[in-house]
Amino acid sequence: MKNMKAMYSLVPILVFLLIWEIVARLKFIPGHFFFPPFTVVIQEFYNLTVSGILIDNFLCSLRRVLIGLFAGSTAGILVGILMGYEERIHKIAHPIFSLFYPIPALGWLPILMLWFGIGEMLPIMIIFICSFFPVFYNTVTGIKNVNKDFIKAAQTLGASEAKILRTVVIPLALPNIFTGLRLEAGMAWRVIIAAEMVAIPTGIGALLMRAESLLRIDIVIVCLIVLAVMCFTFERFFICLEHKMTRKWR
Amino acid sequence: MPNIKLKNINNFICRDINLEIAEGEFLVLWGSTGVGKTTLLNIIAGLVEYEGSVLFDGVSVDELPVSQRRLGYLFQHLVLFPHLDVMANVAYGLNIQKKPKTGMEIKVEYLLELIGIKHLAHRYPKDLSGGEKQRVALARAIISSPKIMLLDEPLNSLDFDTARRLRGEIQRFHKKSGITTVYVTHCFEEALALADRVAIFEKGRIVRIDCLENQGVHSERARRRTDPVRAD
Repeated sequence: MKNMKAMYSLVPILVFLLIWEIVARLKFIPGHFFFPPFTVVIQEFYNLTVSGILIDNFLCSLRRVLIGLFAGSTAGILVGILMGYEERIHKIAHPIFSLFYPIPALGWLPILMLWFGIGEMLPIMIIFICSFFPVFYNTVTGIKNVNKDFIKAAQTLGASEAKILRTVVIPLALPNIFTGLRLEAGMAWRVIIAAEMVAIPTGIGALLMRAESLLRIDIVIVCLIVLAVMCFTFERFFICLEHKMTRKWR
Repeated sequence: MPNIKLKNINNFICRDINLEIAEGEFLVLWGSTGVGKTTLLNIIAGLVEYEGSVLFDGVSVDELPVSQRRLGYLFQHLVLFPHLDVMANVAYGLNIQKKPKTGMEIKVEYLLELIGIKHLAHRYPKDLSGGEKQRVALARAIISSPKIMLLDEPLNSLDFDTARRLRGEIQRFHKKSGITTVYVTHCFEEALALADRVAIFEKGRIVRIDCLENQGVHSERARRRTDPVRAD
């Protein structure tokens, strides 16, 4: 039954690809040179993969996303737990975080370029900033939203503050924490591509920019497909993880 | 089991509370909603700020954190941990005390069987009925052998039959354990069935406290408490 549902969800995608192929082959669109058929894109995908260009650039982007996302999310969760649970720290630090939160991750690019130069640290820092804030805010919300009665109940059962945090508060805040992680998993890929397009010579974003300058629309589309698949995969990963960790009790 | 003494207790709701609860006594706090009964329980538990002094066996516990007061507290809304199954909810207090795992499991299973919920051991709170949740909350409150039991309208949200059955279980548990118990209710029938003494609450004050015998309901109470059908 589950497989059947998955099959059904594939049908619209297959129809879309078919229409794309037909429209491109029949040259319905003015300027069709810039609109290659799906099969040509797939052929180019294969060529880029076999030559190693796509894999090298993909691995560059993947490494940056994984390191930045892991570091940013971990920091976001830890600081979020601290600020969500300790009202005094929240009162002191919240205005500072509120000041930085509205700045888009790419807005930091010029200053980070000057601080770190054009190297591996630059995209990792961008992803770190982009991952930190949403995970942090969702964690704070999750921790603060835990019903105080659960904390009181744990206290009457003899639990210390640290135990309550570990065994009651954090588990009950997990759904909110996962919302932040899920949002950021996709966003990290969107941001890394943008950063690589603007400032970094390697990675999927850089490949995309080089292809654009050579008018290789087929390669541009290959890069966009990779981006779409990775956003989807990362988001699904966190959805599955959340489901696995909270399904039984939610 | 300790006796409890409240001396000159005042806070944002309770006013001038002076109360002594004898060792092993079953005291019912009776009054309408919002008069401060739950607040007084929270004061005994140390969950809210107050002025005055709370003494267990003559020793002040004002500076003692909630976690060290050795209480069993059955909250009005039960507050079972939704992310833990029945077994883990009941074992929570023992886990905190770092009891050996095997002995702990045996104790939990024994208690679940005693209360008639062993078959629910691996269910989560969301899958339990009101009466089942109530039993789990009761088991969780008593498993760590508390010195004092605080029960806040535990039968409030239950249907008549389930409430009557659970009332009997609470009564039996108290008789068997002899734990000093403070029970909050706005239902006078519950007070009649359970109490050694009733404290009548109005606007944050205890306006009358007495044995039921002295409140003119002795015969009714005695009949209820000795009649197993009515008591259950």
